[in-house]
Amino acid sequence: MADTRFAGSGWRALVLSALLACAVGAVLANEAAPASADPVLEARVMKLSSELRCLVCQNQTIADSHADLAVDLRRQVREMLQAGQSEQQVIDFMTARYGDFVLYRPPFKPLTALLWVGPVLMVVVGLGTLFVVLRRRSRLTDAAFEVDGADDAPNDPHLS
Amino acid sequence: MRHMRYLVPLGILLVLLYFLRAGLSLNPREVPSPLIGKPAPAFSLARLDQPAVRIAKEDLRGKVWILNVWASWCVACRQEHPLLVAYSKQAQVPIYGLNYKDEPAAGLKWLADFGNPYTASLADRDGRVGIDFGVYGVPETFVIDGKGVIRYKHIGPLTPEVLRDTIDPLLKQLHG
Repeated sequence: MADTRFAGSGWRALVLSALLACAVGAVLANEAAPASADPVLEARVMKLSSELRCLVCQNQTIADSHADLAVDLRRQVREMLQAGQSEQQVIDFMTARYGDFVLYRPPFKPLTALLWVGPVLMVVVGLGTLFVVLRRRSRLTDAAFEVDGADDAPNDPHLS
Repeated sequence: MRHMRYLVPLGILLVLLYFLRAGLSLNPREVPSPLIGKPAPAFSLARLDQPAVRIAKEDLRGKVWILNVWASWCVACRQEHPLLVAYSKQAQVPIYGLNYKDEPAAGLKWLADFGNPYTASLADRDGRVGIDFGVYGVPETFVIDGKGVIRYKHIGPLTPEVLRDTIDPLLKQLHG
């Protein structure tokens, strides 16, 4: 009995500390995000940041990520926009340093052609195959098909 | 002819397996740097141990050098550090450190504790020079030639194999 109660309280403590950690994390995250006073600029920063991949946590954009580098890169984006640079200039700045990989929407180039065309190509090939197979089947006579459930046909009211 | 029905899906499966296999052997953490073959970004940073002294890219022109990005908070840097200390004793080129987003006091203590392989360490407190070098994971190591062009970049801790098979031959080639 004592054992289970102990285990239970340990579990509760674990959950509590996890919740606490999340709460502390959220508070810190709020404090750590330096936002400029200008909401229009901030909206542009976030929009542009959501196009850029965080290289530390690669499945997040630098707008979503709280990684140190993402915070730094957001600051970089903010400063460049503040200095009156265009969004294209910011994108060029990032790709010059981190390559096309930093872009969540990679550019269409010979190297990335398969990436862009691949899915469409697969659908076209699949539909084409389906079409050919169905056409070929529709030309076959009934004799080419086995009766479904041929073994128990005598018991089937529809066939008898 | 009838066997074709089975061979086609099998063929497709083999192609898919090949790509899966290739995908597994790639390391998604290693992003190819667009900076290789390009001039290293300009910088001018204070020395970690003598904040009054600045070192700029132009100061290093004319010699081949290694830039190693490190920080006292970086766990993987600890891992590569003994290797770097040993390598620095027999290296034919100066190794400069880029102390990336670190407290100077913590960085200096780290060097005092674990050894200092660097000709000098540059303090990049806010990480801006790091961004210019496309740094996204410490440690990173760059080889820069006498014209100031980045010739090689290694991401993650150095290994004896990388030093022996890649960096040493490259240095020999750059000197020869």
